[in-house]
Amino acid sequence: MLTRRAVILGLGGTTGAVAFMLGLGWWRSRPEAQPSAGVLPVPFGEMAFTLTDHRGNQVRPTDWLGQPTMVFFGFTWCPDVCPTTLSDISIWLEDLGADADRLNAVMISVDPERDTPDVLADYLSNFDPRIVGLTGSLAEVQRAASGFRARFEKVPQDADYTMDHTAGVFLFRADGHFGGIIDYHEDRRFAVPKIRRVLD
Amino acid sequence: MKPIILSAFLALTAVPAIACETVTAGDLTIDHAWSRATIGASRPAVFYVEITNAGAADDALLGIATTAAGMPMLHQTQVTDGVASMPHALSVPVPAGQTTALAPGSYHGMLMRLTNPLKEGDSFPASLTFQNAGEVTINVEVLSMRAEGPTCSHAGQ
Repeated sequence: MLTRRAVILGLGGTTGAVAFMLGLGWWRSRPEAQPSAGVLPVPFGEMAFTLTDHRGNQVRPTDWLGQPTMVFFGFTWCPDVCPTTLSDISIWLEDLGADADRLNAVMISVDPERDTPDVLADYLSNFDPRIVGLTGSLAEVQRAASGFRARFEKVPQDADYTMDHTAGVFLFRADGHFGGIIDYHEDRRFAVPKIRRVLD
Repeated sequence: MKPIILSAFLALTAVPAIACETVTAGDLTIDHAWSRATIGASRPAVFYVEITNAGAADDALLGIATTAAGMPMLHQTQVTDGVASMPHALSVPVPAGQTTALAPGSYHGMLMRLTNPLKEGDSFPASLTFQNAGEVTINVEVLSMRAEGPTCSHAGQ
């Protein structure tokens, strides 16, 4: 009887483990779980771009080494995703308390045509003052996006245009290595613990 | 102590937020209509709302009209392979027995060609056209640019 129960328990355990592995496999093969075709962002030390922040200072990715960093791509003409993400980031920074002060929080504009440093400064004044906005030539923004394996595209809309862009928030550890991504539609409760992992 | 608490409570409830107003049309209950403040009038603004369909028949939101914008449209934020896009939505399904939310990261109204910049604390009327319920007008509250939604004391928020 005991043996039979052990066998049943053993079978149950095996089934559970297989189900777990299948679950894991499903998760890993889901395309949206990966930033871009499974290619991870390169470390800051291997990125090469120069952009201008919303205060007019030149910024290079190596400037971020030594502090954990979160970066997202957006633009100020964006009505839904970008204000929501900036609002989320502002809340996360508040939730992190004093720890947030040793974190770089960066928005890179994918619409440098309209987003000049002054436009970014005006826009970002509505959110947490620790968020830094970057813009520059289209070529430099493209170089930045390629290092992050991020994508963006200009889309005509009415007489105007909008931008499609990678919407997740990239997390990097203080050594400049990629430490994870907060997907746009991910449960927001997981965001702060994820950020804490790159802070430690 | 008690009168202080009571007066504080009255102060909080005396002026209910516009976004917490409820409009009904047939089986539909519409509330939480809000937008975000804009910088200038050249950027598109956003429109969010919640629609509860208590009826037995499905309905659909077909369009929005407002004096606040020359070209209001329904859009849907979609994230494909991590890339966000905002295709035009011809209609938003409002299934029977469910609450449909035009909310951040999902369906939303995109208010292009703003008449004036939207300022926090302002409100403007928006007419929603439904397939079955017809046209319904609701006041939209302009919240701050970093708002994530209105805070209402009634259930559903």
